[in-house]
Amino acid sequence: METLQKFLAEHQFLSDMSPEFIEQIVGCSRNVHFAPGEFICREGRDADNFYFIREGKVALDIHMPQVGPVTIMTLDNDQVLGWSWLFPPYRWHFNAQAKTEVRAIAVDGACMRGKCSGDHLFGYEILKRFSRILAERLHSTRLQLMDVYSANG
Amino acid sequence: MMENKKKKHKKHLVLPAQEFDVFLNALHEAAYEIIAPTVQDQAVVLDQIDKSADLPIGWTDAQREGSYHIFKNGERSFFNFNVGPHAWKKYLHLAELLLFTAKTNSSGFKTFEPIENVPKRAFLGVRPCEVAAIQKQDKIFLQGNYVDTAYKLRRDNALIIAVNCGRVSGNCFCASMETGPQARSGFDLCLTEIRQDERHVFILEIGNERGKNVLAGMPALEEATEQDIALMFGLQEEARKKMGKDVDTTDIQALFYDNYEHSVWNEIATRCMNCGNCTLVCPTCFCTNIDDVTDLTGAEAERWRRWDSCFTMDFSYIHGGSIRPSAENRYRHWITHKFAAWHDQFDESGCVGCGRCITWCPVGIDVTQEIRKLQKTNSPVEIQRVVNHGNTAKIFSGTSILK
Amino acid sequence: MNNQYANPMLPLNHNIARIKSETKDTFTLELQPSRGVSDFKFAPGQFNMLYIYGVGEIPVSISGDPCCNDKIIHTTRVVGAVTKAMRKLQIGDQLGVRGPFGNPWPLAQAKGKDVVIVAGGIGLAPLRPVVNYIIANRNAFGHVVMLYGTRSPQDVLFSREIQNWRKKHQIETCITVDRAAGDWDGNVGVVTKLVARAPFNPYNAIAMACGPEVMMRFTIQELQKRGIPDDQIYVSTERNMKCGIGLCGHCQFGAEFVCKDGPVFRYDRIAKLYDVWEV
Repeated sequence: METLQKFLAEHQFLSDMSPEFIEQIVGCSRNVHFAPGEFICREGRDADNFYFIREGKVALDIHMPQVGPVTIMTLDNDQVLGWSWLFPPYRWHFNAQAKTEVRAIAVDGACMRGKCSGDHLFGYEILKRFSRILAERLHSTRLQLMDVYSANG
Repeated sequence: MMENKKKKHKKHLVLPAQEFDVFLNALHEAAYEIIAPTVQDQAVVLDQIDKSADLPIGWTDAQREGSYHIFKNGERSFFNFNVGPHAWKKYLHLAELLLFTAKTNSSGFKTFEPIENVPKRAFLGVRPCEVAAIQKQDKIFLQGNYVDTAYKLRRDNALIIAVNCGRVSGNCFCASMETGPQARSGFDLCLTEIRQDERHVFILEIGNERGKNVLAGMPALEEATEQDIALMFGLQEEARKKMGKDVDTTDIQALFYDNYEHSVWNEIATRCMNCGNCTLVCPTCFCTNIDDVTDLTGAEAERWRRWDSCFTMDFSYIHGGSIRPSAENRYRHWITHKFAAWHDQFDESGCVGCGRCITWCPVGIDVTQEIRKLQKTNSPVEIQRVVNHGNTAKIFSGTSILK
Repeated sequence: MNNQYANPMLPLNHNIARIKSETKDTFTLELQPSRGVSDFKFAPGQFNMLYIYGVGEIPVSISGDPCCNDKIIHTTRVVGAVTKAMRKLQIGDQLGVRGPFGNPWPLAQAKGKDVVIVAGGIGLAPLRPVVNYIIANRNAFGHVVMLYGTRSPQDVLFSREIQNWRKKHQIETCITVDRAAGDWDGNVGVVTKLVARAPFNPYNAIAMACGPEVMMRFTIQELQKRGIPDDQIYVSTERNMKCGIGLCGHCQFGAEFVCKDGPVFRYDRIAKLYDVWEV
């Protein structure tokens, strides 16, 4: 538990967050481990958790008929995986597959939602930080959509 | 030493109008082809002439925004008109130039540089603004890291005989661009036409040794009197006063650089037809394009360099599209280059105030008016830069992805 | 010619000594002068004007090793009539070369510093000589990071070489692609996002970036966020060029002639232009 506390307190995603709030998150967290090739989540399944990746590489992909899985993003050390736990119906939109050994902290979504509802200040802090990630990913996606490296780029 | 030498040559002589052909003969004697203003197709254009009668004697012009016509005014002046559609660049920086011919051979191809025999040419009747324009093009083509060999060949063979302006057209603004109405340097010889009662003479100023040498082939001319000199300056002063247009060049670079985003560009685009006339008649516009052509068999290829205009879409084309697809920004590019960027590039303005772009604009866009509009509403749009120098240490303290 | 000045618009004939297909639309040409022995000296970042008989002439960055002046190396992508014709040339065929032209990358100023190289797509080609130079003078530089973004795993240029840069020459390379199908073990995502976590000291680093303009704009923002000052950021710019020597006017970018004042610019000198549309 102590290492969880320490890791989360130092994580950039939670920088400047009060120790009390961090304590709340620690209360919903546990250490997890995934072997290479293992799916951390599957498209359409219940989004019970989100993850702080401590070490390892994770690929987010969508399965396309005839093509197979198409990776649209990779995440690795110190990045946050998953925001489907925030919004009903709490289902994953992508597959996330461990490309290497992955050590992570899983944070229980239902537990977090309960705490966010109970303490709106805490809920606002969490939403603010997830919104930033959403905005960054949206921006990246827009850049990818522009296909800037194509011959017309 | 240099000063003394200069003073000695800067003599003012008097060339009577009836002796003008003697002067032209002296040019011929010195093996010069004479290029001068002459009337063709109801305009004063530049072409080869033989005798004074080929000059637009008795003609004058009326120029306004988007309008030009010439008429006889009943007088016998030789140079009582202002600049027409042609600029001297047509003889120095050719509208079309063959760069090389290439022919296929067993190992691939071989290039052949054209052998050019450029005649010695006397440019007679170069207005002060045009002398300035030639000097500006000299700077581009002769004084940079690379010399334009075709330009140099023609420039070296050109004798410049300037003619000061005693009248101004409706579109002249050389005084504010500090290029006229009197030529101060850049000529070999310079003429000022004086008609006073029955007296019709040219005050002839010698610019340099080359100009002086030309005169060796004709009977000695009398020196001008103090009175003549005073008369000459008087005429130019009068022309300066009559100039109806001007550009206030104070802080003109900042004016353009601070107003990349301004409603004036949008408004101009509703009138500008992007025809490129202004760039073709402009005596300083120098942009060129390259055309590659092959004969039908493919055994011979040519590379041609041709005048280009920044008003075309192709001008800025790179794979994927044009850098300046909108008309407003193509206009903005042209005028910003001329009045602002040129200072950065060549330490001077790119405009000489000849007014051609105003006269030959089919819709009469007047650069002096557009600049005034910018000046009146100079409220630069502050472009916010997205810079976040704070927080860097904290936000980016995460471990490296590159392991 | 009846004057003593050499005509800078006249190309010198070269033969193609080698052709290498890099990806489905990029290829590398190795050129040798048709007459005499090659003594081609250039500085990383410079370009040549390449003339294809009867078709046209285009600027192409030099992608070879600046230490080797026994050949000229160009890597380019098939995008227009000239590059299409270039792709069809065979070993032994001739093309015309004028150059090298342009302002190079600031390698002298980079000595003693960390170097951050950010390349997008074919933008890696003019940066490869930078890496070659650094490798030849590895001790003169601090941390060297090369971030490279491209479209897909199939579009990665010089992939084997990049592995060597990483393994043998302590150059920390990171490749990312916009999307990947199949067995790609690398990163997927935009290259700009790699800047935030790349290992360099922003207070003693110099950045060199080349790629599509949109990518460059966001790369600069990320470099600034890290704290690299604008005068330590260098970018390579692309414009239409006809002469390569500042005489044709086509490549103007504000008051700059990209061919002679660029293509490499110190960012603070052109920062204002980066925000202006269609300049």
